[in-house]
Amino acid sequence: MFETALTWSDLAFLAQGAGMTLLVTAVSVTAGTVLGVIFGVIRFQVGPYWSIPLTFVLDVFRSVPLLIQLVLGNAFQSIARLGWPPFTTSCVILSLYTAAYCTEIVRGGISSVPVTTRRAARSLGMTWWQDMRYIVAPLATRVSLPSWIGLTLGVMKDSALVLWLGLIELLRASQILVTRLQEPLFILMICGAIYFILSFPVARLGGYLEKRWSPND
Amino acid sequence: MIEIENVRKSFGALEVLKGIDLTVSKGEVVTVIGGSGSGKSTLLTCINGLEPIDSGRITLDGTDVHAKGTDLNKLRSKVGIVFQQWNAFPHLTVLENVMLAPRKVLGLAKDRAEEIAVKQLTHVGLAEKLSVYPNRMSGGQQQRMAIARALAMSPEYMLFDEVTSALDPMLVGEVLDTLRMLASEGMTMICVTHEMKFAREVSDRVAFFHQGVMAEIASPEQLFDAPQHVETQKFLAATH
Amino acid sequence: MFNYTFHWNQALRALPQMLDGALVTLEIALLSMAIGLACAMVLTLFRLSGNRVLSGFAAVWVEVARNTPALFQIYMAHFGLGNFGIHLSPYAALLAGIAFNNAGYLAENFRGALKAIPDTQARAGRSLGMSSLQAFRYIVMPQMLRIAFLPATNQMVWAILMTSLGVTVGMNTDLAGITQELNARSFRTFEFFALAAVIYYVIAKAVTLAARAFASRMFRY
Repeated sequence: MFETALTWSDLAFLAQGAGMTLLVTAVSVTAGTVLGVIFGVIRFQVGPYWSIPLTFVLDVFRSVPLLIQLVLGNAFQSIARLGWPPFTTSCVILSLYTAAYCTEIVRGGISSVPVTTRRAARSLGMTWWQDMRYIVAPLATRVSLPSWIGLTLGVMKDSALVLWLGLIELLRASQILVTRLQEPLFILMICGAIYFILSFPVARLGGYLEKRWSPND
Repeated sequence: MIEIENVRKSFGALEVLKGIDLTVSKGEVVTVIGGSGSGKSTLLTCINGLEPIDSGRITLDGTDVHAKGTDLNKLRSKVGIVFQQWNAFPHLTVLENVMLAPRKVLGLAKDRAEEIAVKQLTHVGLAEKLSVYPNRMSGGQQQRMAIARALAMSPEYMLFDEVTSALDPMLVGEVLDTLRMLASEGMTMICVTHEMKFAREVSDRVAFFHQGVMAEIASPEQLFDAPQHVETQKFLAATH
Repeated sequence: MFNYTFHWNQALRALPQMLDGALVTLEIALLSMAIGLACAMVLTLFRLSGNRVLSGFAAVWVEVARNTPALFQIYMAHFGLGNFGIHLSPYAALLAGIAFNNAGYLAENFRGALKAIPDTQARAGRSLGMSSLQAFRYIVMPQMLRIAFLPATNQMVWAILMTSLGVTVGMNTDLAGITQELNARSFRTFEFFALAAVIYYVIAKAVTLAARAFASRMFRY
């Protein structure tokens, strides 16, 4: 049948890489979402005019290749003598990258809540915070969740670029095995299958939620 | 000549046409009236082959519409159809809407197609609107454009499927006037309509459909003033 | 503050070289978009064909493109095809990878756009005697392209950003590749990459603005 030099320990090595991919993604998406919610609320609250500086900075993160951002981040931490290991640098950059996209999603979610609904809440004597917490947050989350799921999957796929800073995540682990075993297609197929298995079901869930929660249902 | 012989048609378990026989000769105007779900609109889409039939035969000037070897595209350019929803092509101007099929289906040169389109649009009273996009016009104007679009193919037959049903009451008149004009010019037409006054005025014969059956067909005077079938009587009593 | 002296002059002196690289970047992005659009159109027709083999092929392409990293797709083109004796140059591998990715995302955009066009449009075309292909070509497709234009513009920006991945497979003529080479010679990483970032930003913005201007001229209805 089919013969391969791939051993169980090589597969474990790939799994370790996948673990790194998931770890970087989890840290970055968590931090990026927290930042994104803060920035999103600020953007919505201060209006388009006063949020121009913030909008511009976040737009830079969406208009410059992530690879360049990672290299710049790494160069910066070395210049500033922060002594960050590649993992920290990668997570910081990816968090900001996530925050840039998340801000737009959050802002869109908040603006989708009708003004009349919010007025009703305030007229019941709710404070700004209570209105945000009990009225806006649940409604906006519903609108934003499908896009946020898409963003999370996007960050997971983009996290492959941290290999450039020397982190051994899933794609880099596969590349190392390819170099050693000289079976590029087979190993890359496994690598692709792992990404696919991680991404596809969640993507389907996002599509389902989007359909189910679309305004005209 | 349009010959419809014992045509049957079902959608799933629902039989919408239960053996229809009708012959429409050249120059004749036949209107079809009846309640909703009586199968009258389905018949039109079967005549130009947009819907297949289950049994029976429809021939147009001797050509079997539903036979295997029939070139439906060629046949459809002979039979114009206008729907309740006018289906304007939103990405094309009024002139381009009308020019498209003559150019692409008949293969006419651009200036020849334009000449025909301008003539037909003038005919339906839209000469001022040539370079406008359809969504800038009223429903009545869009419906008249749809009629010009069908006429530009120089069809020998025209089928009208409740063309005024989706219009605001104020806009119905202008479209009916266009149909009257076509009828007076000798166009062979089958009109499915709810406009009884119009049906009485323009028709050579009026057919009443009830639950997939052609219950009665007669001259307008006879059908409206002395209906024979009990369902026709009920229907006319309800609409007056 | 940083106990580091920035050498911006050195980077600025390399600007002409980097701008040459930017042209290559733009070239790859445009080519990958052209190929991607053509492939997406074919994939869309496959999906509409009703043929299970063709629509299955299209579905696999679209889902793989959307559920694996772009860098993985480029690696596949560069290393993976070697198994079949096909050895693509970094340029070709980069182009193939991005075009594959573009096609998948664009085909998905097209699908969404098609859903927004009522069936009666094609039916109206058919009733005028058009073949189903003519009805698609002259009536459905132009409307689909209009609806899909804005998402396609975003994909174009993505394509520009993705070209930077070429450096990981040894590409050295595009903006990222040239910047990396300059960096390897001088070790002025921050200055060179900051300048590259500015150039990428300008290209991305210019393309977005150009697309908007194009759209407002093209889509007048």
